[in-house]
Amino acid sequence: MVGRVFEHRLVLYRRTFRSSIFSSFLSPVLFLTAMGLGLGSYVSNTASLGGVPYLDFLAPGLLAAMAMQTASFEATFPIIRGFIWNKVFHAMAATPIAPRDIALGSLLWIAARLTLTSAIFTLVIIAFGAYESPLVVLCVASAVLTGMAFAAPIAAYSATQKNPNRFSTIFRFGITPLFLFSGTFFPVSSLPPALQIVAWLTPLFHGVALTRSLSLGTIGQDPAATVVHIAYLTTLVVVGSWLATRTVEHRLIDG
Amino acid sequence: MSDQPTSPLIHARGLTKRFGEFVAVDAVDFDVAPGESFGFLGPNGAGKTSTMRMIGCVSPVSDGVLEVMGLDPGRDGAKIRARLGVVPQQDTLDTELTVRENLSIYGRYFGLSRAEVARRADELLEFAQLTERADDEVEPLSGGMKRRLTIARSLINEPTVLLLDEPTTGLDPQARHLLWDRLYRLKQRGVTLVLTTHYMDEAEQLCDRLVVMDKAKIVAEGSPRSLIERYSTREVTELRFAPGIAETLDGQLDGIAERVEHLPDRVLLYADDGEAAAVAVHDRGLRPETVLVRRSSLEDVFLRLTGRSLID
Repeated sequence: MVGRVFEHRLVLYRRTFRSSIFSSFLSPVLFLTAMGLGLGSYVSNTASLGGVPYLDFLAPGLLAAMAMQTASFEATFPIIRGFIWNKVFHAMAATPIAPRDIALGSLLWIAARLTLTSAIFTLVIIAFGAYESPLVVLCVASAVLTGMAFAAPIAAYSATQKNPNRFSTIFRFGITPLFLFSGTFFPVSSLPPALQIVAWLTPLFHGVALTRSLSLGTIGQDPAATVVHIAYLTTLVVVGSWLATRTVEHRLIDG
Repeated sequence: MSDQPTSPLIHARGLTKRFGEFVAVDAVDFDVAPGESFGFLGPNGAGKTSTMRMIGCVSPVSDGVLEVMGLDPGRDGAKIRARLGVVPQQDTLDTELTVRENLSIYGRYFGLSRAEVARRADELLEFAQLTERADDEVEPLSGGMKRRLTIARSLINEPTVLLLDEPTTGLDPQARHLLWDRLYRLKQRGVTLVLTTHYMDEAEQLCDRLVVMDKAKIVAEGSPRSLIERYSTREVTELRFAPGIAETLDGQLDGIAERVEHLPDRVLLYADDGEAAAVAVHDRGLRPETVLVRRSSLEDVFLRLTGRSLID
């Protein structure tokens, strides 16, 4: 039943498949060229980045941050669409499909979207030579995990909303600051100590650190940190998914 | 199945729906027989949609008994929904998909194979007279076409019972008649129709039997004909007086008809012979601006039962 919900999105996605694939390539190419190669050429002291070129430092961070953005978008507007704009979730609820299937099927779709865009991003990283270790291929999994850590709780929240008005708040005060200050562009260690603690609490920090440890091949240096990253992100996915099944059910089944 | 041919498809006793303190459906009893066309007639807020949503297994029963095809909605919701067709009050089509895709993806929700879904979609497009629009997106379709597509979609699983919540609300007369024709054909094929409406003509056209709902309760039950016979007269004479005159009549119409009903804009005389009543009005020296003699309708039944018009 989860598969049927997934299939609906797949049918819908077929319409925009080409332009979506194209922009999935274009976006990392532009970012890595402008910020990695362009801006990066001014970054001479890379000792605090682990001694790697700025491009190599930036690329995995951007990958994780992109996964967060894609996931957050997919967990907001399409969810409202299903409840309000098209009411397709209501249509599904009238069939043998259960609200739980709708929640999990929607999340499964987001995971699939993330897998595709992260795989393309990783290919671009490899093409730029912006990696230090063959473990870079595992960045796909890490980015998907990062994205889902956002998608699941946000989808749970979206299912409680009657309109998209509050989504801009999520993006403006949540997603954008995280994008800038979670270690994507510079190490969190250069933030004031108080903000470092805040950064530590954000999921993107853990996603960036995990993804970067794979592409730089430093994952073995601090196994405890790796465990914390994975555990933190996984917890968000699990708790978020559970919450999403609850909020979707609450929305579709009368009190 | 052990279903007796005579056992009801839908069986409700003391069926109740509460939202917190608010009682939306208050202990209603009804049975729907296989092949029957059954209607819930009532104004907005009477509890029709809440009842339908309980039958559709998307709204838990607060109290009382509800069985749908011999199953318990609380326990076997998915099993029941697999055999229901649902036409909700507001269209729930995916407007970004094509007409055909809407049918096929919906069929997939019921676990039908792609080949089977394609075959049924062709048939249903024909039935809904949408074959020519099959590959167009839904968005630009007219309201009537969208409604027909919603009905076609609800038939993709070849349902035993079709639930229609205000199927023609908001449609123009031509679109309504086309829709009624399609529903009538379904009825001929033996599909059990359960519908809600606040249109008397719709109930009279489509329902073998109906219940009148008002303020969460069922206030009357029967065939449209029998309800009219029981609660109204054969004919009704409608009188419209010039502004201000109606208020001064004060008993002058007494005895002309079985019953006289004063509405804000007209006076209704309930009489078996409407013409005779009109003549009697004239004989008493009253000069209404217009006189209309018509057959009694469910509107009159509703007015009699509740003291209010069906559509405010």
